[in-house]
Amino acid sequence: MTYFIDRRPNAKHKSAVNRQRFLERYRKHIKRSVEEAVNRRSITDMERGENVSIPAKDISEPVFQHGPGGARNIVSPGNKEFVAGDKIRRPSGQGGGGGAGEGGPSNQGEGVDEFAFTLSREEFLEFVFDGLELPHLQRKPLKSLEEVKMVRAGLSRDGVPSRISITRSMREAYARRIAMRAPIKRALREAIDALEAEERKDTVLRNPTRIAELKAEIERLEKRIAGVPFIDTYDLRYHQLSAQPQPSNQAVMFCVMDVSGSMTQNHKDIAKRFFLLLYLFLEKHYEKVELVFVRHHTAAREVSEEEFFYSRETGGTIVSSALNLVNKIIEKRYPVGQWNLYVAQASDGDNWDDDSNICRDLLVKQLMPQLQYYAYVEITPHDHQSLWHEYESVVKEFPERFAMRQIVEAGDIYPVFRELFKRRLSQS
Amino acid sequence: MSATRKRKPIATGSDWNFSVLERFDAELARLADEYRLDTYPNQIEVITTEQMMDAYASVGMPVGYHHWSFGKQFLAVEQAYKRGQMGLAYELVINSDPCIAYLMEENTLMMQVLVMAHACYGHNSFFKGNYLFRTWTDASSIVDYLVFARKYIAKCEERHGVQAVEQLLDACHALQNYGVDRYKRPSPISAEEEAKRQEERESYLQTQVNMLWRTIPEAPISDSPLSTGGLHADDDPLGLHSGGHYPPEPQENLLYFIEKNAPLLAPWQREIVRIVRKLAQYFYPQRQTQVMNEGWACFWHYTLMNRLYDDGNVDEGLMLEFLQSHAAVINQPAFDNPHFSGINPYALGFAIFMDIKRICDAPTDEDREWFPDIAGTPWRETLEFAMRNFKDESFIQQFLSPKVMRDHKLFLVVDDDQVETLEVAAIHNEQGYRQVREALATQYALSVREPNIQVVEAAIRGDRSLTLHHVQDSRRPLGRSVYPVIRHLQQLWGFPVHLVSLEEGRVTRRFHWPVEDESPAS
Repeated sequence: MTYFIDRRPNAKHKSAVNRQRFLERYRKHIKRSVEEAVNRRSITDMERGENVSIPAKDISEPVFQHGPGGARNIVSPGNKEFVAGDKIRRPSGQGGGGGAGEGGPSNQGEGVDEFAFTLSREEFLEFVFDGLELPHLQRKPLKSLEEVKMVRAGLSRDGVPSRISITRSMREAYARRIAMRAPIKRALREAIDALEAEERKDTVLRNPTRIAELKAEIERLEKRIAGVPFIDTYDLRYHQLSAQPQPSNQAVMFCVMDVSGSMTQNHKDIAKRFFLLLYLFLEKHYEKVELVFVRHHTAAREVSEEEFFYSRETGGTIVSSALNLVNKIIEKRYPVGQWNLYVAQASDGDNWDDDSNICRDLLVKQLMPQLQYYAYVEITPHDHQSLWHEYESVVKEFPERFAMRQIVEAGDIYPVFRELFKRRLSQS
Repeated sequence: MSATRKRKPIATGSDWNFSVLERFDAELARLADEYRLDTYPNQIEVITTEQMMDAYASVGMPVGYHHWSFGKQFLAVEQAYKRGQMGLAYELVINSDPCIAYLMEENTLMMQVLVMAHACYGHNSFFKGNYLFRTWTDASSIVDYLVFARKYIAKCEERHGVQAVEQLLDACHALQNYGVDRYKRPSPISAEEEAKRQEERESYLQTQVNMLWRTIPEAPISDSPLSTGGLHADDDPLGLHSGGHYPPEPQENLLYFIEKNAPLLAPWQREIVRIVRKLAQYFYPQRQTQVMNEGWACFWHYTLMNRLYDDGNVDEGLMLEFLQSHAAVINQPAFDNPHFSGINPYALGFAIFMDIKRICDAPTDEDREWFPDIAGTPWRETLEFAMRNFKDESFIQQFLSPKVMRDHKLFLVVDDDQVETLEVAAIHNEQGYRQVREALATQYALSVREPNIQVVEAAIRGDRSLTLHHVQDSRRPLGRSVYPVIRHLQQLWGFPVHLVSLEEGRVTRRFHWPVEDESPAS
């Protein structure tokens, strides 16, 4: 007898839990590999998984085994020229014959001493951003035409038939039946007892009228019991739904970059990586992340991504122009109540001397109160200029939401990024 | 051939569908019946590649408890498959009733038919017939037991934390090859009973352990009604209150010993030890019948496929594809071939079974001399007898014929680390047959493949340390993994563990955990 079953529609990833357990257990190893990968790869290429190798000895599951040594008899196939009594020189490099299952080198690129496997993109990003947290991750509530989610909100006595809660209705009916029958039953029992007592009496002493009365009473009571309805509209209960506004799950990220003559392509590449990291990070936390690119020299302009990173301009630098533009865009398109706002700014630190304190005022008075977080990276090996110093005073005012770091070369990006978004433990 | 008999193949080409598979199965079932193959009902499940990798990772258990090692297994399989190092799943079949076999959706029609013949009729009848499987496993309850195990372990994880359970499982897995009584018939596992008895066992086990570790002797209570199973049924099972030494006999079943005697384990921990032990027991027959099991399955797929062809149910194209695949499966590279990785159990087993058939049908003088009992007997009965009553070790000892040794050009090398060179002790000739056969049979003996380790003493009156003996076989020492393993053992036992390697009664090496000072005090 044979049954055929098509299991293909069943869920795959039956091993997903085991896979997670494995990743969890070797977190440290994997994290090291991931960090190396982040520093090695270009950040544009964060969108794929990663091959990870762990030394096989670290993950072996030990069992008692024979070690090399002693005397062993080995039967092998494929004898060509040996006859009994032949002596063969021991193959070199296999001290004492090699224990069972010790394995030789592999010719497939990776040695068998490494346990290699592939992380999926999600797993990879999970490790990249492990231990990081979005500062002030307040989900902004409401949006006037907010999508609401219907959630169950207990039970009610009225509703549409399709939402009847059968269990609860039946339970109510049961309770009601018990409650309604109990006094009748008690009376019935009393009547029956009385009747029996009457009938036990000597024939002479019996009171026929009383017996007839009692019998009538019993009949009446039994009818009443039978008359208690099995279910009543009074018993019905309905699941109730209530509309719950969903917190806004969208964020917008402003990328602000200085494109004046002093910013070289190298600077921009570094900035780009930083922006990308931030983008991926936000994407993990919000369902929807919009990007706004603002570049500036002496004047700011909103541009496409392509233009943002690759077109060159020259000229001086006025940072406040960009901040003003960001402010305008927020006012026009991204009402604070509906969007989580993030700004990431990259620059080489140049600014017109007079402009830096304008920037500070703009930030402190207008921008910062609306923003979730402002990250500023300065890409320069040189000493800081006025902008940095002004920003330092912003940090003092908004220590939790304004962060700035210096990046000297590409290798710094990831550490700086981690530093900026490090999970802050028990901070008020 | 009877002058170009008209073929009416059930299907041609490489595509398949369920109705075609059903017709092939009906045909195979008819043939199997004709050959009197006794099988469990088949449950054939069609699955995707992903699902096959899942199944692989859980060593073919249709449901398994969660553990990182299965995740590791999965990643390894996935990687190997993606890199093309490994073709997935020639077959995967589970010793259960009904017998579950997996077919992968991207297999060709030929593959599906081949796997059905191989797994659903070959392996299936082996599971049902072979004495080891009959003794050690209960096919009808394994799936239920797995479900029980999974639920129980999940419950423990909830209550005691994933990490605690994981560490315990790690330790148990390290010892799972030592979870079988080799000489005692075990009681078959049954899930329902397990679940029912589990709670009462919890309390009972604890009292029994308490008994063992009790320091104040008490008057023995006569015959406890609970003390039915188990090695030591008395209330003072060990005679420890009357002095002496525990256990009275060395114990080879380390997990059983731990489950019953480890002083500090909580009841749920004992239950998990038991689960690992029971599952090890379930896989125990498979570890001892690789050559036979695969040989038997190959013999039958070969026989059945040829019958399908002879009866005109498959066309030449399918047959050629089959022969190519079959040849790959039973290929045995020579020892000096870069692809050599030991003896191929499919090849050896297939060769032996085919040869038994040959000896029955057309014995030579040599066969009459070597196999007077079976030469010229009806082959089907002889084959059945061979399948039912042996394991690899005894099967090879009994049935490996000079012809198979010659065909495979088997030779015996002695590798003794006290001698400078390897020596060819025997080859496939008149003088060598017996020695080669003997050596090959021994090579498949579990007692030789795995170090012989037994518990000899639990110092219940002293520091509660546990002492084990490793009896060396031809001076072969323990591998490097010994320390991690005794560390696991120590975690289960809770007190120091000593392992002593012995060669002919002489101590060659001592291992301790926790590691003792190795000051040259001795």
